[in-house]
Amino acid sequence: MPHLATYVGLADRSEQTLADSLRAVAEGHARQADVFHTCHTLAKLSDEHRRRLAPVVERYGEERDVDEPARLHADGLAEVREGEIGLLRDLQDLHVLATLVQTTWTVIAQGAQGLRDRELLEIATSSNVETSRQLTWLNTRMKMAAPQALIIAP
Amino acid sequence: MLTRSSVLTSCLTSDPRAFVALAHVSRQDVGSREVSRTVTTDRTVDVHGPRTPHSRGGSWPVRVDQHLDDGLTADDVDRWVPSACVLCSNGCGCDIAVKDGRMVGIRGRADDRVNRGRLGPKGLYGSTPWSTAGDRLTRPLVREDGRLVETDWDTAMGRIVEHSKALLEDKGPLSHGFYTSGQLFLEEYYTLAVIGKAGLGTPHMDGNTRLCTATAAASLKESFGADGQPGSYADIEHCDTVLLVGHNMPETQTVLWARLLDRIAGPDPPRLVCIDPRRTQVAEQAEQTGGVHLAPTVGTNLALLNGLAHELFEHGWTDEAWVERHTLGVDDLRGTVAAYPPEEVARICGVAADDVRRAARILGESEALLSTVLQGVYQSHQATAAAVAVNNLHLLRGMIGRPGCGVLQMNGQPTAQNNRECGADGDLPGFRNWDNPSHVRELAELWNVDEMTIPHWAPPTHAMQIFSYAETGSIGLLWISATNPAVSMPESARIRRILGGDQCFVVVQDLFLTETAELADVVLPAAGWGEKTGCFTNADRTVHLSEQAVDPPGQARSDLDIFLAYADAMGLTDQDGGPLIGWRTPEEAFAAWQAASRGRPCDYSGLSYARLRETNGLQWPVTEEHPDGTERLYTDGVFSTHSDYCENYGHDLLTGGTVTAQEHRAMAPAGRALLKGTAHTPPHEAPSEDYPLLFTTGRTVHHFHTRTKTGRSRQLDGAAPDAWVQLSTTDAHALGVREGDWVRVESPRGAIEVRARVGAVMPGAVFAPFHYGRWDPTGAAEDADSRQANELTMTIWDPVSKQPYFKTAACRVTRLRAGDQTAGRP
Repeated sequence: MPHLATYVGLADRSEQTLADSLRAVAEGHARQADVFHTCHTLAKLSDEHRRRLAPVVERYGEERDVDEPARLHADGLAEVREGEIGLLRDLQDLHVLATLVQTTWTVIAQGAQGLRDRELLEIATSSNVETSRQLTWLNTRMKMAAPQALIIAP
Repeated sequence: MLTRSSVLTSCLTSDPRAFVALAHVSRQDVGSREVSRTVTTDRTVDVHGPRTPHSRGGSWPVRVDQHLDDGLTADDVDRWVPSACVLCSNGCGCDIAVKDGRMVGIRGRADDRVNRGRLGPKGLYGSTPWSTAGDRLTRPLVREDGRLVETDWDTAMGRIVEHSKALLEDKGPLSHGFYTSGQLFLEEYYTLAVIGKAGLGTPHMDGNTRLCTATAAASLKESFGADGQPGSYADIEHCDTVLLVGHNMPETQTVLWARLLDRIAGPDPPRLVCIDPRRTQVAEQAEQTGGVHLAPTVGTNLALLNGLAHELFEHGWTDEAWVERHTLGVDDLRGTVAAYPPEEVARICGVAADDVRRAARILGESEALLSTVLQGVYQSHQATAAAVAVNNLHLLRGMIGRPGCGVLQMNGQPTAQNNRECGADGDLPGFRNWDNPSHVRELAELWNVDEMTIPHWAPPTHAMQIFSYAETGSIGLLWISATNPAVSMPESARIRRILGGDQCFVVVQDLFLTETAELADVVLPAAGWGEKTGCFTNADRTVHLSEQAVDPPGQARSDLDIFLAYADAMGLTDQDGGPLIGWRTPEEAFAAWQAASRGRPCDYSGLSYARLRETNGLQWPVTEEHPDGTERLYTDGVFSTHSDYCENYGHDLLTGGTVTAQEHRAMAPAGRALLKGTAHTPPHEAPSEDYPLLFTTGRTVHHFHTRTKTGRSRQLDGAAPDAWVQLSTTDAHALGVREGDWVRVESPRGAIEVRARVGAVMPGAVFAPFHYGRWDPTGAAEDADSRQANELTMTIWDPVSKQPYFKTAACRVTRLRAGDQTAGRP
């Protein structure tokens, strides 16, 4: 099951990328107090997913010899953009990263199901639910920011 | 020294002479053997007045409180004009005394369901002196060369309209923001809502209700599907247990507290459970009635409330059959609170595990539980989740919608409820759902405008966001009515910068040149309470008509007239080119609002000015079927959660992410209440080595809001002339601070230097009243420039209600010098 191991690794790394990017957006848009605090809260959810996944990563081992599909590598946000329109774009980037995380958990849950790996299935399912919370907030915040950013912002 | 002022309190005791004017009351409410006498007391000291004990299930006896200006008696009064008090959210019915065209005093209405004749110290002493204060605004002001100068209405309104039109042309309606109050009348809110939402089409409308009651509204929507207080003040007569969460009722709603004290003094008193980090009078009464005082660490309310729910499940104190029939989400809630056994709660909150058990047992074994919630929850960490957790306790016990079983998610201001109903805040009028196209269509038809005009494409913009847009100039015109954000909003230095800067044109409409008005580009003189007519609705849905008693001073105009003048000058029209606003008078505006409210939870269709003149003080909904109003909502256990009816689809209480229409329909609550549980998270700003204490702000009994009215009352100013901070005995000792010493309190954002009081607050917490800004009625306060509590607070808000957190900032305290007197302890 080398490919499942690949995906377990992908989940771990994409959660890490998401968490790092959430923190970057939090700090970069700290003047928007809700963005600052909520992004930190959401990053902690991803940290927790990784913490719970750690023993499974251990169990499956890192399959270094199987290449991850390159297109599934998403670069995190190292730097944030400026202003209201910048915030909108950064939130959209986070949404893309979170979507990758979510589809990864969906795929892993299917694999875990096939292997009857209850521990992994539980982690994948519960993490998926929380990724939905992250996506929901990003969506809500983008809707809120969009009209002003698109029409008025300097 | 403060002069003892006389208040006439006629109560059910022994001297028949003083009660002539209230003979009808005596006949109605008092047995023939009972008579009355006059009591003269200083109600700034005897805050709650004499007791009139009553027993469970009885009716609250009448006690009429009255205050007239020095030297006047009731015989001198030309006429009494019906109204209700606006100096807290309780909404006590009253009559305004008028002599020679001036308001000279006030008397509680014996026949009013809210107060049965009583008034608190703010109402008695603060209701009228401001109206004749020498510094009333009587002419409009405009900024010329950096200074505000007097002008006429045409010039002032001309400037506003010129800016407004230019911005609309250049950037469109999203360039406009309106920030109102919890102190206008229903007719004014509704008129402004129509101007903003149907005329201009801006989503940027909110009120300072965001600072005081947004969480009350949010929690009601999350649990029950729509705003609307489930309970009634009369539940005090019927309950056997009262849970007060972050609600210092003795100082915030003194007449409601008097009602509760009267039960406690009666033969079968209720037991109180108090959740408050300070040792308040509520805490003392909790202990005296055999209840419990729980003092959780600031920022941990939710963990404590989760612990109480945990115990209800653990001991089988839930009404399983009722929960099964009338709620959704019990399994998820059980799962969430499973992590909060008493020992864990003790660890997080710093309370004794056994106290949590005792409190839960009292709630669990009660037959009729009344809960009240206020700023200790609403302005603190995880506000909405915690307020919802209180609703959950009632749902788990099936205690809602019957006598004694009420939730009172309180309001902070007298007319806050109307701002929420009428949509001068972010919501759509009539508790309509911005995310429900058919609700938007109803309004478009009512107003005869294109649906696309009505902002409904995103969650409404909340106050903190409006100020954030004003900060960058994204909002270029900000119109502030009847509120003083320069003192009341968090992180004052930032707010002053926003209001004082050139990036945004600021209009302020008020009674006085407040700290906010001083920063405006145009200042409009407004008429106040008693100088105009209109309705307002208190925290238990009681609607009062407040009649005009006197003329406003100089050129001051009612807020309604000012909004109408703007609508006229802007030429706002409907889609057929007719005038958008088809009303001129308060009564016509009320009729327009009735049409908007019809069929919604806050249905006013059965009300009218005529009806209110007959019986002032009716609880909505008032309809043809319920012409006398509705004492309690949800008496049949059917809630406003149907997807087609609800006010919103709900949120993730951790993040504020919105539930979609599709998700809500799939869940199909269909009239069942929602049990929503959330895990505790640590507060955003934890104490550190640099800032080791937690700063929390609040209220004092003698002042309202930023003292604009109460500070102009000799008695109230005399009773609480200056700011202070309150430290625990432990912290004060460690810092070498003694009662009355001057201290500096500092957070990462700012500092205040005021006198200290020692005691009655838990170790680690520092309490400061938020009322005091730079303005001082006598000019005597030496700390006027260094006493504003919001210099220290943070710009952070609840993810769901968007209410700012005023109670969770880290701070440090240093002693400056010895004081020459005690800290003006009221």
